[in-house]
Amino acid sequence: MSTAAAIAASVRDGSRKALDILEQHLAAIAAREPEIHAFNLVLADEARAAAEQIDQRVAAGKDPGPLAGVTVALKDNMCTRGIPTTCSSRILEGWRPPYDATVVSTLRDAGAIIVGKTNLDEFAMGSSTENSAFGPTRNPHDITRVPGGSSGGSAAAVAAGFSQISFGSDTGGSIRQPAALCGVVGVKPTYGYVSRYGLIAFASSLDQIGPFTNSVEDAALMLDVIGGHDPLDSTSIPQTHPSLRDAITQDVAGLRIGRITDLPEGADPDVVERLEVAFDTLRAAGAKIVDVQVPAFTFGLTAYYLIAPAEASSNLARYDGVRYGLRVEAADTNAMYGATRAAGFGDEVKRRIMLGTYALSAGYYDAYYGKALKVRRLISDDFERAYQSADVLLTPTSPSVAFQFGAKGDNPLAMYLCDTYTIPSNLSGQPGMSVPFGTGAHGLPVGVQVLAGTLQEPTMFRVAATLERGLIGSAQ
Amino acid sequence: MPDRAVHDPAGQIRITPEAIAKVARLARLDMTPDELARMAAQLDGMLEHFADIDALDLSAVVPMTQAFPLVNVLRADVVQPCLDRDEVLAAAPDAEDGRFRVPPIMGSDE
Repeated sequence: MSTAAAIAASVRDGSRKALDILEQHLAAIAAREPEIHAFNLVLADEARAAAEQIDQRVAAGKDPGPLAGVTVALKDNMCTRGIPTTCSSRILEGWRPPYDATVVSTLRDAGAIIVGKTNLDEFAMGSSTENSAFGPTRNPHDITRVPGGSSGGSAAAVAAGFSQISFGSDTGGSIRQPAALCGVVGVKPTYGYVSRYGLIAFASSLDQIGPFTNSVEDAALMLDVIGGHDPLDSTSIPQTHPSLRDAITQDVAGLRIGRITDLPEGADPDVVERLEVAFDTLRAAGAKIVDVQVPAFTFGLTAYYLIAPAEASSNLARYDGVRYGLRVEAADTNAMYGATRAAGFGDEVKRRIMLGTYALSAGYYDAYYGKALKVRRLISDDFERAYQSADVLLTPTSPSVAFQFGAKGDNPLAMYLCDTYTIPSNLSGQPGMSVPFGTGAHGLPVGVQVLAGTLQEPTMFRVAATLERGLIGSAQ
Repeated sequence: MPDRAVHDPAGQIRITPEAIAKVARLARLDMTPDELARMAAQLDGMLEHFADIDALDLSAVVPMTQAFPLVNVLRADVVQPCLDRDEVLAAAPDAEDGRFRVPPIMGSDE
């Protein structure tokens, strides 16, 4: 399989046409999209026009950009000017944003070809993509199973070959968990590494954009392109980041790989087995395995499900039927708000808004939201301590391989437990990535999660690249 | 909705039907009595699970609101291009004379 860098190089030197590459992906979409439903919208005409422009630039001797001809799919919570952006919600159906997200304009300027907007759990709330108002996405490895979520459409798009790259957002694991379940690489960078301008907000202190790719090298290239300061995002870190493509050329000799001895239980045996193989792989590559403790890790779920809904209840107050999206007519504004929001939001979104409003309401703020913010501090402090004795930490990404549709039933908590291992690094704002590492039950993909300290992406990528090489080595 | 009263550690009732109805009003979400009952039962279950942090001594812990603290991020006070008004209004459910149009603010309710 070609890397994004190889594709861009071949388009840039004229040996391949961007349009031919695109047509291969559109053919894959035509063949399998009806059963997968990775997309809310396929932009075939727009993509062809963009690819032709790239080819013309090359023919004219102009620089077509570092991602020339590389196909990308975007989670449908990233604003694209004039192109419908729904968050897989009825409340935004048909809305066309008046501006592009920074990530979108950066990718376009780099020569990438946007092939479509991918499905998600409504407003990125979920771990299976079953909460989409437009129907679930199916896992390309087994269409009776979920792709994970909330960025399930983006994960499935790369796994099915619909696009070379895709982008998602990760608030509590929404990139890493579907990446694990679909057998692709998925990265959540340090909070503030990538601009959130134009990413429709779910929980603003936790949301972060990142890539889904077929290889660690592609993920490094993508972050090298989209990472960096953006004046339009006041939480964007005001510094440039070292090249991750350079970082992955280094091995892991001497690195300390942390095993969390008090990690919450609940991972299936097949997942734990792959994690052990990952430790062995890194040890064989010259790394040292060290035991660490992160006692507050186990309280991540509670802190997250108080903080994220609290922020969401505030962020989603803007969907009031006044400025965009759905309006249900009523006699006065208050009645219009209540009716519009009742008709426009799905069950899970309503549940989170209710939970968040409750946690923030007078008399309960200190007991719930205030307490959760303190637990967030504990988690962050515990990670800091762990990273003094370990360079990275290794955990499962998801407690299980892809599960079947409806498996979590009507119990919201059962679904929330899918995020046990991914949530804590959102609370601490630190980077994490899932690397596909073989298969588990039913021959389905298993992901291993690499966690690192704030802005320690270069080290995290070195470890990820070593795991990837180890896996390729063992398959030969 | 379960019959049992849910109590927090201080012995107060955690969720009452009245409280849920009030939260729905605050959140501007119309709900039927059935929906309110289902929501109460589900939130009840979650809050019970979330009680795992009640045992922690957090008295000396400083709340954490942001992961990468940046203070007073301001831009230069210079006029910049902004969104096109007509393009923005075109996306609105209703607009008139260059403005968003809404139903009467003073209504029968509240």
